[in-house]
Amino acid sequence: MRKVAADPKGVDSGSHFMDGDHALAEGALAAGCRFFAGYPITPSTEVAERFAERCPHVGGLFIQMEDEIASIAALIGGAWGGQKVMTVTSGPGFSLMMENIGLAVMTETPMVICNVQRCGPSTGLPTLTAQQDMMQVRWGSQGDYRIIALSPDSPQECFDLAIEAFNLSETYRVPVFIMTDETVGHMHEKVVVPPAEQIEVLDRNWYTGPKEDYRPYDFTGNLPAPMVKAGDGYRFHTTGLTHDERGYPAGSVEVHKKLLDHLIGKIDNNVDKISKTEDSGLGDAEVVVISYGITSRIAAKAIADGRKAGIKVGAMRLITVWPLCENRIREIASKVKGIVVPEINMGQVVLEVERVVGGRCKVISVPHAGGAVHDPEVILDAIKEAVK
Amino acid sequence: MNAPMTDEERFRKENPMSEFLRMERMPHIWCPGCGIGTVVNSFAEALKKSDLDMDKVAVVSGIGCTGRVAGYMKFDSLHTTHGRAIPVATGLKLANPDMKVVVVSGDGDLTGIGGNHFIHAARRNMDITVICVNNFTYGMTGGQVTPTTPTKANASTTPYGNYEYPFSLPFLADACGATYVARWTSLHARNITNSISEALKHKGFSFIEVITPCTTLYARRNRLGDGLDALQYYHDDSEIVHGADTREVDIEFQSKIKMGTFVHREKPTYLEAVNTHYANVIGDEYQLYGKTTPEREAEKKAQEQANQGSK
Ligand SMILES: Cc1ncc(C[n+]2csc(CCOP(=O)(O)OP(=O)(O)O)c2C)c(N)n1
Ligand code: SF4
Ligand SMILES: [Mg+2]
Repeated sequence: MRKVAADPKGVDSGSHFMDGDHALAEGALAAGCRFFAGYPITPSTEVAERFAERCPHVGGLFIQMEDEIASIAALIGGAWGGQKVMTVTSGPGFSLMMENIGLAVMTETPMVICNVQRCGPSTGLPTLTAQQDMMQVRWGSQGDYRIIALSPDSPQECFDLAIEAFNLSETYRVPVFIMTDETVGHMHEKVVVPPAEQIEVLDRNWYTGPKEDYRPYDFTGNLPAPMVKAGDGYRFHTTGLTHDERGYPAGSVEVHKKLLDHLIGKIDNNVDKISKTEDSGLGDAEVVVISYGITSRIAAKAIADGRKAGIKVGAMRLITVWPLCENRIREIASKVKGIVVPEINMGQVVLEVERVVGGRCKVISVPHAGGAVHDPEVILDAIKEAVK
Repeated sequence: MNAPMTDEERFRKENPMSEFLRMERMPHIWCPGCGIGTVVNSFAEALKKSDLDMDKVAVVSGIGCTGRVAGYMKFDSLHTTHGRAIPVATGLKLANPDMKVVVVSGDGDLTGIGGNHFIHAARRNMDITVICVNNFTYGMTGGQVTPTTPTKANASTTPYGNYEYPFSLPFLADACGATYVARWTSLHARNITNSISEALKHKGFSFIEVITPCTTLYARRNRLGDGLDALQYYHDDSEIVHGADTREVDIEFQSKIKMGTFVHREKPTYLEAVNTHYANVIGDEYQLYGKTTPEREAEKKAQEQANQGSK
């Protein structure tokens, strides 16, 4: 895979005051994304608006499709057409995308999908924050598969993770999700966009060998096959059906197992390379708060108050939520009395944490029905409970 | 002395369309008497006659018996999800404007589950060709009613006959802004080829409906006989009316079928509209994927001249 400096055209270097949504669009442009298909939905619309405004100046194309189903379908066509592609949505639109997320997974099509999460189910509290789609992003499309999901906690990280998301999607040929939320999406903060030459972007891993040897898929290793683009004479075929390495339908149980082992293995066997966390105070910790996105910033207040009260509490912020860094969590669990998991949902990621911890320590869920962030006091209470 | 070729070897070697087909994937899944193969053949014939660079042709299909076309044709090809061929084709075309993108899919796929995409691609005059194999039924799933099934026809989910009003696809396409609209039956292979040739040359959303028999399901359930009987019906009861008012080309159960080129008009394509608009508003700074509009146009002209020269 070729590491290159960002195309300066897409990089608006300097110090900005902008919200998370705008920062996502800037990050995508810096990463070399030049094709965006989307459909408006609060609280994600500003990403599309920013891209639409910027793209004619940077040589990109924005199209507002007729719905979210069409938006993600267009990304699949766009990626095989040779572009880096992105869309953005929120709950209802995310639900509509599910079938074609499966097609992207199955055809190993790189793309970045941002979900600026709002409060459901259904139309719910459409303008208010939540982290309720964390399991949907993982399991929402039919069948067994793996994806990568990142969760930024600030506008700056929206920018940084957008670039990271593109690099991951090119490396693993998998849809990468930026699971942000209304609060981060609409929060204005300082965002520093570095000079283009300091931004490392990964070019697509282009196949360059002889035409007769080209295979769109490779199920043998822990990484996907290089890609070609339409028009280059390779005459690729791709399908959502179970297929062999030529991309041809192959309806056997054996081929299906090989394919699934590959789709799952390329993520599971690379967790250590993919997964990122931000840790603090783990050295002496008796309690650790595991959180992600905006909730980490609320938890930080509870943790500081806990430390003031003499509780040895540390933090692990999941920058990568999926795949979950299971080994690291297990390691922590064997050293502490308890783990606290606050999230703006009724307890989703905590289910996985509980499974991974497997009784090694207490796991306390701090749920929130959505529409607002936690009161730090509630998290502090859970910390106190965990240390008992 | 060489052993004589078996029928299968001869078929693989001597099939006149083998350069356009993935022969290693034959035999195909379609039933005897099915009309899909005729459409594939006519499509391949049109490609053979065209001066297109075959590496720049992509075929996109949805799901269904017709949806399998993408997998059998030796081009960059995407077999997508049910109803979503058009937005995938749209993305491909917009990401890689040099491609000639052709969608081949079924009536249920394009106008039932995918109807929204169909009308919007037509509205935008998206520069793609859409070939609809209209067999009045959901073939792949066993013969259910579709948005084009004629009233009174029998389908597995209208076992007492269909009481809904069907779409007339040329009228729908025309009303939504398609700039090329034609209809043929699978008996009229040469006309299909000619229409596809025209559509491939056409700039903008071109739509070709081909009325075909689904011998196994629709025909059997409605006691219409075999593939030959279908062709007989198309022979006896079809009428060429080029330029017909698309409001008057409805098909009723076993009624007369009006066919021909109904619409052929010029209008800027989606991408032409984008490029012209931004070139006006933003000027030379506007460079879609790194090319200014004049550069892109000069390149296109040079390519066209080169293609003509090589013919
Ligand atoms: C979302 C979704 N719903 C339903 C199906 C089941 N399905 C597969 S093919 C098909 C009908 C295809 O009919 P048509 O497009 O007319 O193609 P034909 O088989 O007649 O060529 C249906 C309903 C599916 N694959 N996906
Ligand atoms: S079921 Fe009908 S449409 Fe499908 S292959 Fe057979 S004849 Fe053709
Ligand atoms: Mg059909």
